[in-house]
Amino acid sequence: MSLLSMKSRKVKTNGPLDTNQLTKTQQLLKDKWLYVLLLPGIVYFVLFKYMPMWGVLMAFQDYSPFKGFWQSDWVGFDHFQYFFQNPDFFRLLRNTLILALYDLIFFFPAPIIIALMLNELRMQFFKRTIQTLVYVPHFMSWVIIASITYVFLTTSGGAVNAVVEYFTGEKINFLSSPDWFRPMIIGQVIWKETGWGTVIFLAALASVSPEQYEAAIMDGAGRFRRMWHVTLPALRSTIVILLILRLGNFLDQGFQQIFLMTNSLNRSVADVFDTYVYFVGITQGAFSYSTAVGLFKAIVGIILIYGADYLAKKLKQPGLF
Amino acid sequence: MHKMHNTPLGRVFDVFNHIFLALLGLATFIPFVYVIAGSFATESEIAARPFFLIPETITTAAYDYIFSTTTFIRSIGVSVLVTVLGTLVSLLLTMTMAYPLSRKKLLGRNLILNLVVFTMVFNGGMIPTYMVVKSLGLLDSLWALILPVAINPFYLIIVKSFFQNLPSELEESAKIDGCSDMGVFWRIVIPLSKPVIATFTLFYAVFYWNDFFNALLYISDSAKWPVQLLLQQLMMVANMDFGEMDTMLADPPEESLKMAVVVVATVPILIFYPFLQKHFAKGILLGSVKG
Repeated sequence: MSLLSMKSRKVKTNGPLDTNQLTKTQQLLKDKWLYVLLLPGIVYFVLFKYMPMWGVLMAFQDYSPFKGFWQSDWVGFDHFQYFFQNPDFFRLLRNTLILALYDLIFFFPAPIIIALMLNELRMQFFKRTIQTLVYVPHFMSWVIIASITYVFLTTSGGAVNAVVEYFTGEKINFLSSPDWFRPMIIGQVIWKETGWGTVIFLAALASVSPEQYEAAIMDGAGRFRRMWHVTLPALRSTIVILLILRLGNFLDQGFQQIFLMTNSLNRSVADVFDTYVYFVGITQGAFSYSTAVGLFKAIVGIILIYGADYLAKKLKQPGLF
Repeated sequence: MHKMHNTPLGRVFDVFNHIFLALLGLATFIPFVYVIAGSFATESEIAARPFFLIPETITTAAYDYIFSTTTFIRSIGVSVLVTVLGTLVSLLLTMTMAYPLSRKKLLGRNLILNLVVFTMVFNGGMIPTYMVVKSLGLLDSLWALILPVAINPFYLIIVKSFFQNLPSELEESAKIDGCSDMGVFWRIVIPLSKPVIATFTLFYAVFYWNDFFNALLYISDSAKWPVQLLLQQLMMVANMDFGEMDTMLADPPEESLKMAVVVVATVPILIFYPFLQKHFAKGILLGSVKG
């Protein structure tokens, strides 16, 4: 049966029944059920992805809920001009870039190091137990992570402050201190995502053939030289791809996380583009202005992604698209 | 795993490695244990002892309290409903859209695929999306937690690639036997896709269960809050002044109470954790294969 159908497929592609020779209407009719299946998905993308794209035109309006989208006045680039001249702009840019940089320096290497360490374990039971434990926080919501952070860092009876007070005699208000905001955010990311981040590296390591290690042993390479010359190079392309991906969404700091840890006392360092859009747009109702801010960020984002893709192809890596 | 001639330095490294990783495992795990312990402890003990793993006096007062409030029970109901319904809707939409897109000869396929990929690099943003949801009359409806996020384009592309790799002989022979495309999809493709369906059921379910932000945006009626949003409000109200709040609990929530809510919001994830671990690792590796 399968042989027969393979033959018939060959006939189809070369013979008179070639779909290229059907007229477009005939093709559409032939695939009618496929289009029926496709329809709900298309409706979704039109409604919730493309309508909002069209809605960004609000950024060039002075949108008023009473007048509605069609009747509101057009103001050109006024909101953008206002935003770029506003000291908020540099504050947001600075906060976003510093957090992204910290993330790159402190979080990015963590899963690589832990994956290398896990890879050196020979007791499979121990290895699996550790993996099972460190993957857990990845599946928790940011609300849970933020709640646990509150419980541990609060000045009223938190465990961390009990230790701090024991050694220094005073408490540190981590949760509302601008100085501690960034370390706290990066610490949360490390705690939540390092374990899970090892998955992709461990998968890359699993594909290294044992012969390579045996060959290295034959050549007299010790443990650390094997790690350096066999294990680490096996991770290189994964590291490069993940770095490029990271550059592509450099401005996307975890929105939910930052939103949850932001309060009136640490706003000066906590505000990033996305949370600013929420506070100004949803809480204060400046719809057009916040749409303009969001649009600015989205456009820089798209440039970064295509730039990262270009870079990837330059480096002979598979591109992002 | 491979034969090793262990040098003294290597042995020192091994010892250090084991200790470090064991500590790391504990560091990820102990905060949860503390929260569970705290949820069963008395208020006075939490105030007196900054850290413990087993409470001196075990009490279920916090649980008794939260399970006696309609607010809390309702929010669990909302979360369960949104998770179950949302996962069903998402799976259905993702599967039905991915299948036609896996057929290379479909007219308009590339255009649609490109439009889908474009939504992964550019989107209208929070405010215009909010406006669309509002104009559809979905504000304060639980559908607002599902419909605007029903299809994850990444998952769609992965499922599409999976369908593309199914042996086409099966579909073709079914067609020869007189099956329509619709019949092929439901009777051949879906039964063959059980592993993928299992993986993405979990992906979507975890997303819906954990989501609080869409509720914050779209649901102002606190009777319709999912448990994650309720927890966020409980935590933020007690610790910070965080804009306008309407708490529905008469007295400000106590510590053990908050921890009990954290535990209840975490439990479903922990119950399904063995499946999650297995399927998510599979999913992440599926995702790294380009389609």
